[in-house]
Formats: sequence, structure tokens, C-alpha cells
Amino acid sequence: MREIMFREALVEALDEEMRRDENVFVLGEDIGQFGGSFKATLGLLEKHGPERIRNTPIAEEAIVGAALGAALVGMRPVAELHFIDFATVAMNQIVNQVAKVRYMFGGKARTSLVIRMHGGGGSSAAAQHSQSLEAWFVHVPGLKVVMPSTPKDAKGLLKSAIRDNDPVIFVEHRALYTVKGPVPEGEYTIPLGAAEVKREGSDATIVATSSMVGKSLQAAEELAKEGISCEVVDPRTLFPLDKETILASVRKTGRLLIAHEAVRRCGWGAEMAAIAGEEAFDYLDAPLVRVCAKETPVPYSPRLERLHIPQKEDVAAGVRRLVGVAR
Amino acid sequence: MAAKVKSKSASRSLSRDDYLRMYRTMLCIRRFEEKTDELFMAGRIKGAVHVSIGQEACSVGVCSALNQDDAILTTHRGHGHSIAKGTRLNEMMAELLGKATGLCKARGGSMHIADISKGHYGAHSIVGANMPMAAGMGLAFQLEGKGRVAVVFFGDGASNQGSFHESMNLCAIWKLPVVFFCENNHYAVSFHVNRSTAVRDISLRAQSYNAPGVTVDGMDVMAVYEATKEAVARARRGEGPTLIEAKTYRFFGHSRGDPQFGPYRTKEEVERWRKRDPLLVAEKMFKVTEAEKKAVQGEVAEEMAVAVEFAEKSPEAPLPSALEDVYA
Repeated sequence: MREIMFREALVEALDEEMRRDENVFVLGEDIGQFGGSFKATLGLLEKHGPERIRNTPIAEEAIVGAALGAALVGMRPVAELHFIDFATVAMNQIVNQVAKVRYMFGGKARTSLVIRMHGGGGSSAAAQHSQSLEAWFVHVPGLKVVMPSTPKDAKGLLKSAIRDNDPVIFVEHRALYTVKGPVPEGEYTIPLGAAEVKREGSDATIVATSSMVGKSLQAAEELAKEGISCEVVDPRTLFPLDKETILASVRKTGRLLIAHEAVRRCGWGAEMAAIAGEEAFDYLDAPLVRVCAKETPVPYSPRLERLHIPQKEDVAAGVRRLVGVAR
Repeated sequence: MAAKVKSKSASRSLSRDDYLRMYRTMLCIRRFEEKTDELFMAGRIKGAVHVSIGQEACSVGVCSALNQDDAILTTHRGHGHSIAKGTRLNEMMAELLGKATGLCKARGGSMHIADISKGHYGAHSIVGANMPMAAGMGLAFQLEGKGRVAVVFFGDGASNQGSFHESMNLCAIWKLPVVFFCENNHYAVSFHVNRSTAVRDISLRAQSYNAPGVTVDGMDVMAVYEATKEAVARARRGEGPTLIEAKTYRFFGHSRGDPQFGPYRTKEEVERWRKRDPLLVAEKMFKVTEAEKKAVQGEVAEEMAVAVEFAEKSPEAPLPSALEDVYA
């Protein structure tokens, strides 16, 4: 299979969906000639023109609100906000408007829109450009939250998100944009709410999101050499959540480690842990382990940031602890 | 430049029937609001209500200049806009009473009335939050190319929110078919516009966005109508947004927790504005005869009675409906 970069997979998804449905258009900061801050809209202006590739001023609340307004009258906008940190400027629209109008207007409002943003650290962008705030959105009924970890998933999930009739928060990890991976040629989609077992194993389940999927797979490879067999499950969408696939793995291995780049307290992993406690308690042979960022803002210095963000070594150490407890 | 537009009392394009219809809709809003207030005080309507008594000329002047497929977005004080845009009274009253037949299945209430089938895209009660949505509707209408226009209602208070400025700018750079209609009723809850706002006429703010800004007498339905008509025509021609400021006044308090003569305004001030009651202004301007007045009052009373009866006889919203429509 051909290999393309994560950002190229996103461009393909946008391009294909814009060709497929004239109601799809893109709006956001620097998405035009510049091609997006991480080049995930590169070339689309030339193909689709400035009417449908709307470069906006720096006005995050207006970008999201305009996307919602267009959706209300039948469009399928894709808004790009740059950093997830900037989404906080648009939280009024996202939380109070986007997530609510369908429900509070009796189910009659159309809210088919996607809000793309890049999250995560690892590039010394410091405290205001490196956060992992995905749990904020998962907490709000009315929103769906997608976090792809591979180019193939990114393309298939973005296409599904655009076709979905609910608002979708689409979080792309900045460290992944230039990562290459196999992506099928031609049309395909990946449904929202379907986890994927990225590696099969029998001793422990690692549920990892976004950038932590790759790190967990590397950790699993090393642990295999020690005779520890890890299953790595990527939920891919944090809501709706494919509990079945995840809990089936937990029931099989009896041990659960949750890895994400967000800080530990009230991170998405806390929700995952609660679900495991409620629905798979009898199967857990050891206390579950969370591998998360330190509870500080993201520091600037590469050395300090490396300490802040969970690494594959942290995942490996967590699994050893998880397995050791029961031994 | 902000320019004062004076009502010329009668537009040649309107017939006597049109005038009477406008008068009738204003009266209908007045009666609906009075009934709402009464039901709220009796504990029948829950939560919060923000009645628009005193501001009827704004609702009717604007919506009379629109087509059914044009869109409006309104605010927490949105009953009047809703009625003027054609929202069904029965279902609206049912919504206020929390009934299954309510426009929003009893999940919205007074602050979230919407009737999308009538081009009414909802009351949004985070102050200023509806303006970015209007920009997006304008964008969709521009792409669609059928000449539809979006009108967003907001108050003097909302003009100090960032969303107002972001949205005006967006509409101006893209020449979107959007009319920003500011009902300056002089108080953001309790804070007087002269103390909250750096400009004396909010319409002046249009200059920052290279758009026309006009201030009109918000107690004069024809002044509002004429200004809106011009703004809508401009929007349909692809010339972009207009900011209309209507100077108006709410005769009641901000919400029902706020008395008519609050600590922030005097009885004399309220009475001064009441002399310019938009219904009296319209009666005089349209030369409504006693017979016409009586007939209209009778029709409106009947319509209100039907709405209240419909709402009261409707079943309560079923409990399982609380869990529906979170997702498509």
C-alpha cells in the first residue's frame, strides 16, 4: 500500500468531500495560500477557490459561530482553529451554541459541522500552544470528539466526521502531521465510534490516544522482548466511545493501562478508568495504571517538556508495574 | 457615516392592509407579552421571562421588510421577533408552559424559542452569541446565490461583546447579506448605555467596518421598516452588512425579578418613554379608526385565547423526551 503523510491524508479527505458534496466548505485562519499552519489544506485553494476555502481573520469565536450558522441553513462547514489552545477563545460558541442548539430547539436544528484543531506538545511551543484539552469537549453532551493516530485513520475519520450530522471536534496531534503511513487508494471511510486494536496481546491492555498510540506500540515491542504481551487499543473517537472493543480487551488481559498526553486529573483517562471500574471490575487483576502528562502547564525547554509529556519509557514502566503487581 | 433616518409616516409601496397588519402584529406581541407576564407571575411559566413590551415597533418594522425564507436570529428577549417572523402562537405558548406540543418540545422555554420552518433560527441567550451565526448564515446565503438575507437582533449590551465586532468585520470583508439590528433599549440589565458604551450612537461603530450605520426611532414602526428595507435591499445586491440602531425602551424590568422602576431608572423616565408607546405612535401615524382598533383588538384577543387554550390543554412533555435529540 502507498504511504503518505498524516497531513496529506487530511488534504485528501477534505478534497474528496468537497468534490462529493457542494455544501462542504472550509474556513479558518491561514488555510488559503498558506495552506494551513501545518499544511493540512495545502493546494485546496487552487482546486476549490476562495469561496469554498475561506481564509478568515483571527477571530475564533466568529469562525466557529459562522460555521454553526452555515450548518443551520444546510451547509457542512469544516472550521480550522489552529491550536486547540485557541479553541478556548471559541468555547462560548462550541459549548453554549454548537452543542446545544439541536437539543434546545427540539431536535430541529441542523448542526453538521467539523471543528479541526491541532493539539499536543513536543515542539517547545510552550504553555499556550501545546495543550491537550480534548477532555473539555468530551465533557459536553452534544459534541463528538475524534483523535486519530495514523494517516489512514485521519483520512477515514475526517470523511466520516464531515458526513456526520452532529458537530465533531477533530483533534490532530501536531507531532503526527509529517508521520507517514499506509493509506488505501480510493474511497473509504472509518465510522465514528469504532476503536481499533492496533496490536494484539494477552498480558495487558494499553488504551492509548493520539500520539500515545505510536509510543505505546513502541513500548509493546520492547516489552515483548521481556516476555510481556501487550494489546494496544486506540479508541480513535473519545465520544462516541467503542466501549465494547476496549472492554473486551480488558476482560481478556485482566490489566489496563491508559495513556494520553493530557494531564492526569480529569483527563479522558479518568473517564476510561471509571468505565472500566463500572463495567469490567470483576475482570481487573490489578489496579489500573494511568500514564499522563505532569500536572503543570507545558514547559518550553525540550528537556523539561520531555519530562512533562509521557514517553514510551513511561508506558513500558507502567506496564511492568501493572504486570508486577499481580505477580 | 451614521445618519438619522426619519419616518416619513407612510411608504408608497405599502397598502392600508399592510399598515393594519403591522399594527395588528404589534398588538399581538403586546398581548402575548402581557399574558406571558401574567402566567409567569401566577407561577405557570417557569424559569425566566424577558418581555419586550415597549419594543414592538422594532420586531414588526424589521420582519415586515423580510421574506419568509429570510432568516432571523434573536435573543433572550425574543418573543416579539418570533411573533413578527410568523412563529406559531399556539406552539410558542405551549413551549412556555412546558408542553409536549411546544415548538422546542419543552426543552427550550422562553429563552430558546425557534421556528425554523418560518426562518426563525432561534433565540440565543448568551449575549452576543447569535452574531457569528448570522455571519455564517449570510455566508451560506451568499454561496447559495438566491438573495436570502439574515437579520440578527441584539441589544445595546451585546454591542460591547467581542462577537459583535468579529462578526461585523467578517460580514464586511466578505460583503455578506446580513443586517445587524441593535435594539438600544438603553439598559444592559441595569447598566445605562451612556456609561457602558464609548459612543453615543451605537450605529457609529459601523464606521470601523466600512459599513453603513443608521440610527432610527425604535418607537416608530415605519422608521424601522424603512431602514430595514434599505439595508435588506443593499444586502441582496451583494453590498454587505448594515448596522441599524433603533433607540427604544422596555417598559418593564429586565426580567421579572426586576421591577418596572428599578433602582437604576426613575418612574419619570419610564413615563416619558411610555408617552411614545409604539402602539400609540402607530395608531396616530396609520390613522387607525376606533372601529378598526376594536376589530383588531377582538381578533388578537381571540387568537390569544386560542393559543392559551391550546397550550393549557396540551399534554405535559413526556419524560423520555428529556433524553432525545442530544445527537442526530
